[in-house]
Amino acid sequence: MSNFFKETDIDTSQAEAIVTETLKNCDDGELYLENHKSESIVLDDNKIKSSTYNSDQGYGFRAVTGEVVAYSHSNDISKESLKKSSDNLKDTLKSKKGTYNHEIPKTNNKYYENINPIESKTFDSKIDLLNSVNNYLRSKGSIVNQVTANFLGEHKSIEIIRSDNQVLKDDRPLVRFNVSVVLEKDGKKETGVYGIGGRQSYDDYLKDGSWKDVCDEAFRIANVNLESKPAPAGEMKVVLGPGWPAILIHEAIGHGLEGDFNRKKTSAFHNLMGQQVASEGVTIVDDGTLHQRRGSLTIDDEGTPTENTVLIENGILKNYMQDRLNARLMGTKSTGSGRRESYKHVVLPRMRNTMMLSGKYSQDEMISSVDKGIFAVSFGGGQVDITSGKFVFNCTEAYEINNGKIGSPIKGATLIGDGPSILKEVSLVGNDMKLDPGIGTCGKAGQGVPVGVAQPSILINKMTVGGTKL
Amino acid sequence: MIRDQEFLKDIASYCIENSKKLGATDVGVKVIHSVSENVSFRNKKLDESNRADSFAVNLTTYIEKKKSSINSSDLSKSNLEKLIERCIDATKITPSDENNSLPDKELMSKEIRDLNLYDETHYPNDKKIEFLKKVEETASTDEKIVNTEAGFTENKNNFILANSNGFLGGYKTSNFSSSCVAVSRINGAMERDYEFGSTRFLQDMMKPEKIGKIAADKAIKKLGPKKIKSEKIGVIFDKRISKGILSTLASAINASAIARGTSFLKDQINSEVFPNSINIIDDPKIEKGLGSQNFDSEGVETNSLKLVENGILKNYLIDTYYGKKLNLKSNGRSGGTTNLYFENGTLSFKDLLNSEKKFLYITETIGHGGNIITGDYSVGASGFMVEDGELTYPVSEITIAGNFKEMFKNITLANDLEMKYSTNAPTLLINKMTVAGK
Repeated sequence: MSNFFKETDIDTSQAEAIVTETLKNCDDGELYLENHKSESIVLDDNKIKSSTYNSDQGYGFRAVTGEVVAYSHSNDISKESLKKSSDNLKDTLKSKKGTYNHEIPKTNNKYYENINPIESKTFDSKIDLLNSVNNYLRSKGSIVNQVTANFLGEHKSIEIIRSDNQVLKDDRPLVRFNVSVVLEKDGKKETGVYGIGGRQSYDDYLKDGSWKDVCDEAFRIANVNLESKPAPAGEMKVVLGPGWPAILIHEAIGHGLEGDFNRKKTSAFHNLMGQQVASEGVTIVDDGTLHQRRGSLTIDDEGTPTENTVLIENGILKNYMQDRLNARLMGTKSTGSGRRESYKHVVLPRMRNTMMLSGKYSQDEMISSVDKGIFAVSFGGGQVDITSGKFVFNCTEAYEINNGKIGSPIKGATLIGDGPSILKEVSLVGNDMKLDPGIGTCGKAGQGVPVGVAQPSILINKMTVGGTKL
Repeated sequence: MIRDQEFLKDIASYCIENSKKLGATDVGVKVIHSVSENVSFRNKKLDESNRADSFAVNLTTYIEKKKSSINSSDLSKSNLEKLIERCIDATKITPSDENNSLPDKELMSKEIRDLNLYDETHYPNDKKIEFLKKVEETASTDEKIVNTEAGFTENKNNFILANSNGFLGGYKTSNFSSSCVAVSRINGAMERDYEFGSTRFLQDMMKPEKIGKIAADKAIKKLGPKKIKSEKIGVIFDKRISKGILSTLASAINASAIARGTSFLKDQINSEVFPNSINIIDDPKIEKGLGSQNFDSEGVETNSLKLVENGILKNYLIDTYYGKKLNLKSNGRSGGTTNLYFENGTLSFKDLLNSEKKFLYITETIGHGGNIITGDYSVGASGFMVEDGELTYPVSEITIAGNFKEMFKNITLANDLEMKYSTNAPTLLINKMTVAGK
């Protein structure tokens, strides 16, 4: 637990007094303090390419009245700096008058332990493991052209001081271990990438040689891609594998169901509440309460405990994801989805772990029902235009399907679809829901936050596959 | 207010001296202060005001050929002392790499030229608000526009870069930027488009009315898009996205990708990569340039480079580490390109549109579908059909795909280059690409 006012000229009660005074005519707001330590160690090209330790601390002071957000942030936690921020906020909101909403739910639940993953594994042993990864992969033969592996660990302590001295705290560990391999055969080069992570210590993920599984998976993907043929171009049936391909759900549906875009009526979903937006049998939730998952949070960045929010139930749109500001303006309550990348950023409604729940079909049934289409097993990144609803994602492992059978692997192609209509094209939902391995970062308005996704295999009737082969 | 050079120098010297005391043989450090003020409007009302005051120290210590780094936002000496100790401890146990070193002394920047990168004018928030009102007023004139957002950001920055070989340099920079996003609607379907301006000097900022009008016009033009049939067709890239071709080139000729063997342009130096009419320049010394700099992120002097001359790849982008690996000298491109641009082509925009009966004109791409290793490219796109030189109807929910090696060789440039970003390209045609639609 960080003591943010140690070694400063101000103590907690003085800071609380400034907060209460600043926010007295506001609807909402808080002083958010953050101490963030992170470490990155990268092995590349047979060498430890870099080892970097980051130590960042600061505050973000926010005042909200009506629809207006005034924000001021600084690294300098001092009386003078806080007063200057306070003046700045009061000046922005001088013509507004609000009533502070003191209500904030409390929780005793915790979804991760307060450990510091950077310190819980020695620097030496991290270097040793990276070297072992390099040796292990290179021992697979001269086909291995390049190996990159890295550790990314962090520990974030936050403290939220609300008006009238309400103080909320959280300590958040996060790790990610990543392996990327480039294979070369007959002059052709292909990459395979795999990683694991979440809110535990490295050794919880890497014990019993499970780091070898990460290497093997990266190697397997690159190997498949060495045999890949040009991807087809045009509309066809698409079977998505379970797990990480759920970034389709994240892009196509998730962003469009964030409260801010719906309050502003810029989302393609803003007038669809209570309506059928997906095939029957499709249920999608956004859950912040899964233990130790990358997208989980005990409390969000406004202090609201997270929850399991049902977004779509049996095809019907049920809820948007809300932070306090958008919830207030839309006459509902926060779903614990208020998040920010750091003290340098304003709160926005964001996803946590977005999941499509299992249905009843097997993946084999889906594949055998397709005459001509593709089977997408793994993706790189995705993106969405929430206004037009168009979204894309890139396949990093995919195969042709011909006459109900999986055929050759195909080159990485972009798939494009339309958010509000894609879920109506989901004709079969699999019985094999799987969580992603804990590697996702979602970007919105220049802010990156860790997220998770999950889904079973699904069959989509019609999507445009962006290959080169007509 | 932005802190002066003396304040930053003091921190930099403290870091170097203390690191040396604890056993560092070489040290590099950067100290930065930036202040930024942003105001944003939505539907003609104040939406957000944001003030940021940020410090950063980036320190790298070497013990012979071992290296480690720390970054921190807390400049207090008690904090720095602890972090330097941590950095040195990590350096001691990090394996050596023979290519780790500070840049060669003779390559370091010797004098700092005033490139006109700092405008001390402060644009108070009241003025920003007046500006944004005008932006939104113009953007929302047409009733098809149902939502507008506009923002203005003022940024002042000062830094010192120093190393234990005696290099010490830095200067102030400023940036003013304004943007407008407009959402249009017809028959329940919406489209979004934007306009954006960014300048070193306040006086050079686009007029607010122009920003608003362009955003609204573009959003309205996109309404009612069609999905087209899959086909091979000539694709014209609007200036907003044609610069992406140069960013791809920059990644592919970065010394790290070349040395690691992970670029589709590996072994292509002095080979014809583009048609022979094409020249590509990276010039760091453009007055008021958004990408201008006196030296790179290691303090190495940067000068103008012809990356591609008459279609032939002439230079990689080289820093100290990968330079040593490739047996080449750094050309001051640690941190990447500066002001990168295609020299103008010969065809006017109109002649380019008329050079064949039918084209696809792309104004926006989405997704990250470029693979630097294989050169394969596939992204989502939207834009317009061009028939007989005229934009006939909007198109969306399609993809365009090809391979960069082929695409580069089939580029034709228009002559409408503008220096609007740090990377700039004229309108360009690629003949032909696969479009996937219906």
